[in-house]
Amino acid sequence: MGLDRMTSAPNLPGMKRPLRSFFPLLMTVGIGLLLAPGCKKNDSTASDEIVIGEFASLTGATASFGQSAHKGVRMAVDETNAAGGVLGKKVRLVTEDDQSKPGEAATVVRRMISRDKPVAIIGEVASSRSLEAAPIAQENKIPMVSPASTNPKVTETGNYIFRVCFIDPFQGAVLSKFMLQKGWTKAAILMDVKQDYAVGLTEFFKEHFLKNGGTIVSEQSYSSGDKDFKAQLTSIRGEKPDAVLVAGYYNEAGLIAGQARELDMNVPLLGGDGWDSPSLVEVAGDAMNGHYFSNHFSSEDKSPAVQNFLARFRDKYKEVPDAMAALGFDATMLVFDAIRRAGTTDGPALRDALAASRDFPGVTGTITLDENRNATKPAVMLQVQDGKFRYVETVVP
Amino acid sequence: MRPALSHLLLLGGLGLSAVLQIVSPQLDDYAVNILILAGINIILAVSLNLVNGHTGQFSLGHAGFMAAGAYASSLVTLASGPLASGGDPVVKNAVFLGALLAGGGFAALCGFLVGVPSLRLRGDYLAIVTLGFGEIIRVVLQNTDAVGGARGLEGIPALTNLFWTFGIATVTIYTVACLVNSTYGRGFIAVRDDEIAAEAMGISTTRYKVSAFVVGAFFAGLAGGLFAHYISFIAPETFNFLKSVDVVVMVILGGMGSTPGVVAAAILLTLLNEILRDFEQYRMIVFSLLLIILMIARPQGLLGNFRKKRKGTS
Repeated sequence: MGLDRMTSAPNLPGMKRPLRSFFPLLMTVGIGLLLAPGCKKNDSTASDEIVIGEFASLTGATASFGQSAHKGVRMAVDETNAAGGVLGKKVRLVTEDDQSKPGEAATVVRRMISRDKPVAIIGEVASSRSLEAAPIAQENKIPMVSPASTNPKVTETGNYIFRVCFIDPFQGAVLSKFMLQKGWTKAAILMDVKQDYAVGLTEFFKEHFLKNGGTIVSEQSYSSGDKDFKAQLTSIRGEKPDAVLVAGYYNEAGLIAGQARELDMNVPLLGGDGWDSPSLVEVAGDAMNGHYFSNHFSSEDKSPAVQNFLARFRDKYKEVPDAMAALGFDATMLVFDAIRRAGTTDGPALRDALAASRDFPGVTGTITLDENRNATKPAVMLQVQDGKFRYVETVVP
Repeated sequence: MRPALSHLLLLGGLGLSAVLQIVSPQLDDYAVNILILAGINIILAVSLNLVNGHTGQFSLGHAGFMAAGAYASSLVTLASGPLASGGDPVVKNAVFLGALLAGGGFAALCGFLVGVPSLRLRGDYLAIVTLGFGEIIRVVLQNTDAVGGARGLEGIPALTNLFWTFGIATVTIYTVACLVNSTYGRGFIAVRDDEIAAEAMGISTTRYKVSAFVVGAFFAGLAGGLFAHYISFIAPETFNFLKSVDVVVMVILGGMGSTPGVVAAAILLTLLNEILRDFEQYRMIVFSLLLIILMIARPQGLLGNFRKKRKGTS
């Protein structure tokens, strides 16, 4: 209708120009009114099901993380439903993809809150996107549990925001402790300046490392998406460090390891949980051998909880779960546990139950939430050997 | 152009924005979210259209100006602390307007600083310079700890609502339409149609280009401010090169130089993105296919042809 009127506008001498410019505005309003059926009233949530919302990066730059976490969440929901659901009701999982893109997380979370009325929200792996969604969950009084956002700011948003992973200051300290323990006191840093995660991890690593007698001989940086790191690596090689902290995600870490090997650098590379992806060794191949990273969980852990989870996961997806999958599973199970303890899905009551979580037996360790709604739990150090992530040791907070 | 009529329409647009604001409590958050994103995209597309469409200078740095505006306005509201987040709606909105104008002003200043040296270039060269500029802004922000560096700025008060978004969209459309249709604005079109002829007629082409650039940057800065105060969290990555490309796509899809066209394209692309959500992982494939089909069917843009016809008949 708008288009017809506009094409006829040239026939109206005198008033055509301004009119033309304003039809789009009218169109906008028209579309707005079309959207209006999404009015607030439809609170008719079927009472025989419990809706859990999940937003994840199923596509885009960090798709590997989003898909892994999603598998864990999916499995938690399916297993719980098979065992009779929660509070006698079936659980329905609503998943939205945020394409790893800024701005999208806020949109998809509003979408699921308006349409599906979830009682709790699981997400995201990346801290920047959790930070976008957190104020919305807080405002709507819907508890949000992040599986793997390690930036401390995420849970500072408000008292409805939780996480089941450790935070960057702890992980930075773990890496620093590990290096010092190995007698590697001269460290070099290669950091992804584009990722808030990498910047935070580096900052906390440096703080701990310098305080405990280490020295940093070289600090280099790159940006996600870079393909060539030889300039930085050559400069690092000149300083002869004992070890190099590569703070960043798996795609670049793989390339960096490969290029370090080409440059005949024989120092160990260390990274954080951002390395944890099967893609790490796909990119680097043999060059990845011998390098270390800290993680939330190891599939080689002999504890029955882990081995049991592994077997069920392999059964369902025919692959070995990574930490994101385990964390997604734990985050979801923690929510179900809280719903059972609260006896209701009412926002404030569920929030209180979540906040009171103590010694929850998760796959990624025993989870106790502290007063800042962060999980306190151990980290594991892993070493890459022949494409496998070998368990080295557990570091307790 | 009849001034009285255009003023009336400006008032009409503002009135409609106010009506939207009044009915907004009846809408669910998701609908409001789509409307606000559509409004912000309209502002971005119409302001870029002044540079790319009307003045014929191919700029790829619009996200850079958006970033400048977003950060500047967020710093103002964060600095004013309780004034911006407190209870008094009048004070709150006054602070917000001030912050938006500060953001727009800062973006315009950036536009001026980039425009003066680079707008002596033409075509592809200019595109590359503006692309470079957008990246520079992003990298500077990434490495400035005072604004959060790569971790971004969080906790920006959520002050953007439908009134501000559509009010500013109306003002943007009004300003660009009036500017282009004024005597001064003929200069823009002359620069686009034939730079050498325009120069021979005594038009200072650089001056016209810079002024189009500054006005475009100002409104992009406002859009950035609205975006920041809606999402409450901004990081340099939010304003990457792909964001600039999104806006360029809106302008080209709508039809270069056609304000109704780019407004329609901005709305269409925002809605399409949401409607296609049900395709989940295949969404971007469907989205891209639709873009290809649209471009093949209407290479001149959604409403691009309309403008040419008018030129021919009158």
